[in-house]
Amino acid sequence: MLELTNIRKAFNQGRHNEYWALDGIELAIPEKQVTALRGPSGSGKTTLLTILGCLARPTEGRVRLKGEDISGLPERFLTEIRRQTFGFIFQQFNLVRGMSAIDNVILSAYPTGRPRKDLLLKAESLLAGVDLGHRRDAKVEWLSGGEQQRVAICRALINDPELLIADEPTANLDTRLSKEFLAILERLADSGRTIVLTSHDPMVVESDVVDFIVSLRDGKIVDEK
Amino acid sequence: MNTWIEKQRHLIDFTLASLARRKGKNLGLLFIYTLLVFVLASVALYTHALRTEAQKVLAGTPEIVLQRLVAGRHDLIPPGYIEQIGRIRGVQKKEGRLWGYYYDSVVKANYTFMAPRDLKIERGEIIVGPALERSRGLAAGNGISFRSYSGELHTFIIADVLPQNSELVSADLVLMHEADFRAFFKYPEGHFTDVAMSVANPQEIKNVAIKLMDSLPDSRPILRDEVLRTYASIFDWREGIMLALLSAAILAFGIFAWEKAAGLSAEEKREIGILKAIGWETGDVIKMKFWEGLLISLTAFFAGYVAAYLHVFHFDAILFESVLKGWAVLYPRFTLPPHIDGLQVATLFFFTVFPYTAAVLVPIWRAATTDPDTVMRG
Amino acid sequence: MIFQPAIIALLLAAGLSLFMLLVASPFAVQVIRHWDIASGSEQQLKLERLTYLFSTLVAFVCLVQILAALLFVFNADKMSVMFVGAMCAVGALNVNAYGFPALYLQLALFFLAALWLAINHADSRARDYPLVKLKYLLLLAAIPLFGLSLYLQLQYFLGLKADVITSCCGSMFSTDAPTLASEMSALAPQPALLGFYGTIAAAVLLSAWHWRQRGDLSGYAAGLGSLAAFVAAIAGILAFVSLYIYEHPNHHCPFCILKPDYDYQGYWLYVPLFAAAAAGMSAGALRCFSRRPSLVHVVPQFTARLAGIAALGYLLFALVASLMIWRSNLILLD
Ligand SMILES: Nc1ncnc2c1ncn2[C@@H]1O[C@H](COP(=O)(O)OP(=O)(O)OP(=O)(O)O)[C@@H](O)[C@H]1O
Ligand SMILES: [Mg+2]
Repeated sequence: MLELTNIRKAFNQGRHNEYWALDGIELAIPEKQVTALRGPSGSGKTTLLTILGCLARPTEGRVRLKGEDISGLPERFLTEIRRQTFGFIFQQFNLVRGMSAIDNVILSAYPTGRPRKDLLLKAESLLAGVDLGHRRDAKVEWLSGGEQQRVAICRALINDPELLIADEPTANLDTRLSKEFLAILERLADSGRTIVLTSHDPMVVESDVVDFIVSLRDGKIVDEK
Repeated sequence: MNTWIEKQRHLIDFTLASLARRKGKNLGLLFIYTLLVFVLASVALYTHALRTEAQKVLAGTPEIVLQRLVAGRHDLIPPGYIEQIGRIRGVQKKEGRLWGYYYDSVVKANYTFMAPRDLKIERGEIIVGPALERSRGLAAGNGISFRSYSGELHTFIIADVLPQNSELVSADLVLMHEADFRAFFKYPEGHFTDVAMSVANPQEIKNVAIKLMDSLPDSRPILRDEVLRTYASIFDWREGIMLALLSAAILAFGIFAWEKAAGLSAEEKREIGILKAIGWETGDVIKMKFWEGLLISLTAFFAGYVAAYLHVFHFDAILFESVLKGWAVLYPRFTLPPHIDGLQVATLFFFTVFPYTAAVLVPIWRAATTDPDTVMRG
Repeated sequence: MIFQPAIIALLLAAGLSLFMLLVASPFAVQVIRHWDIASGSEQQLKLERLTYLFSTLVAFVCLVQILAALLFVFNADKMSVMFVGAMCAVGALNVNAYGFPALYLQLALFFLAALWLAINHADSRARDYPLVKLKYLLLLAAIPLFGLSLYLQLQYFLGLKADVITSCCGSMFSTDAPTLASEMSALAPQPALLGFYGTIAAAVLLSAWHWRQRGDLSGYAAGLGSLAAFVAAIAGILAFVSLYIYEHPNHHCPFCILKPDYDYQGYWLYVPLFAAAAAGMSAGALRCFSRRPSLVHVVPQFTARLAGIAALGYLLFALVASLMIWRSNLILLD
């Protein structure tokens, strides 16, 4: 599905504090599987995710999505692809405060120009799917952590992405909620979505849901299984 | 096309919700913006109204007024002078006029006394303008006495009061019979104040004036068009000076708008970061912000303009009439005829929306180009 | 100089536009030298981010130029009361030698601005931004023009003296003055009428053809047709449309029709005309890039839409003109 060849990413390029967060990554993300990235803090997991998810462009190297080279695309087109192909779940759920749950869910579909009516219908069914149908008009800051995350998951799904990307999805959840999250993750994986996540949490990385584990250290892949 | 419209609707929806979420900050900006438009529009509307009023007034005056000069000063037209002019081609009518100023020490104001030719007034009666009616508390049927320059007291009965419209010229008028006029000012029989001439063809006016100068070297023809032009440029000039002074205000506003746009709160920055991360593109954010600016600008422009309109035409420009008007003291209030001018609206738009847009462009761009991966780093 | 709000606004617009372009120019140079879309270096990312700023900025400047062109004519018309002999914008523009050049340059800037916006639009829809260097070269090339525009306007407005006796539309467009304008005015109504409708019909048809067919040939044809139709339209307005509006057999003025005395009828003519001409000519010019690989799909779609706009605009223009002729009480032809 996604292929990375010789990816390198520099921060502060050309300055005294130049830092290569990724250094020669070769990685293929298999379709319809769950891949987990792990590694110590600062090893480059988040940086790798941003490149996988087209949030950032690599300094060097190629990214291929379904065979098409997308590494040289300007932001405008990269964003379009990202919107159609990827859904994101962040560690801090990153909901817009002051807006209702359902408005947050449809927010990422605004640039597509789909009619609001369709979007609301779709968002309602998504919220109902994670038992949040009754909270659709609640302001997100009044929701509990678990509920917020489920709203964020619905938002990630509104554009029907093939690939879901989650950065430390359980870092802000307790054990019970993490389990719930894993259940949802399993359902999504079963529905044929490709999923890439990073986690420190052994409960996530070592659960049965995860098909592949990639270990990073100092911006390099040290282990794949 | 449809998706384009839908998308813009979404962006506007979001902008409105986001404006509502930050009421305090946006209301402050809106208020200052509206205030600026209000002040500028008031100046523009006011001077424009004065200008059109003056033009309208002058439109009723003769094309050429001929004065006689003695030692470079305005003097009376002696008997036989008019006949001396003889026939000049293009002049339809010429007649002597009788008018003068009178200082009323009671209310410390100047009146214009005039003996009209085309209006029938009985001896001993006068017709007065509305300002006089107000300042001296007069009404039709009352009597009033004026002490003439020679010291005698003349008493008149007020036959009528002139209507309100176009008060600017008629306010201080006192119309009376020719004989009364001559008696009051001790005007010798056969003398006139000046000569009014009407010329039908506007192209001829210049030639007529030249011929007048030739035949009567001691005369001074005053052309209506010249007066009009002088007025127009004086009003434009005043308006320009006002605007130039106000440009400091515009500049201050631009800086203020820049500050507002640049000083995004942490919350707003976070929001834009989120939008970027979940699939909005830099262009989308810029468009969203563009709608925001447009909504604010149009609201402020419309509100400011309407307020200025009410201020000038319904509240008689109370806030700064003393700065701009500069007519005689007699005009405590006069209502200008409402008038909206396209060029003026366009100019005002340039003066307000243009600096605002220019000022917020860079801050908006800076916010919109937030890297989409920032939200992934706590 | 005549100190007047609209004049200050115009000078402000010209000055600020020039200033913005000057600020943008070092960046334009950087793009021309360092742009490399394939690279992921921070320099390139920075340049890409800056393109958003400068596209927005230039789009803003272009918009301002379009509005300024309108304001310029509007203002010249208003100022005419201040000059002896001036009845409309022509008189005010003739007060000194800079009036008409300033107007022509302003109109040229309008068309250039429209073209730049069209190129920008096409470019930003192709995945590799193939025209980016060209765009910024054009921008650099346009800076002297903007400077010249400011200079001409300054000279014009500074040189306005209210006591100047100027010549107005009566002499400029009178049929026996030795100017191009008067040659156009002197065209006999009948051939002028034929040429007018013929050329505009051709432009409408060519544009409509390109709208359907989207090929190179039809694209260039539509562009040239638009150019010809623009000239024909101006000539037609001078030769006879204005006469019908004024209901006067000798008043050939293209500006008086903008006056409130004639119910601003001119704007109904000029707005569709200029929109159509800008769209049509831009369509023709954009065809030059139709063979770039990444633009193969972008350009035809876009030029077809522009041609559609041109066809509609010219059609509207012809209809409005015909309506004005039809409503008029003047009889030029039996
Ligand atoms: N914008 C930036 N500028 C400079 N250095 C950065 C930037 N972003 C990340 N880095 C550096 O890149 C390295 C990799 O960061 P990254 O966030 O990918 O690590 P991580 O594996 O996700 O760590 P954690 O487990 O703590 O989330 C870190 O050393 C970090 O300091
Ligand atoms: Mg991380």
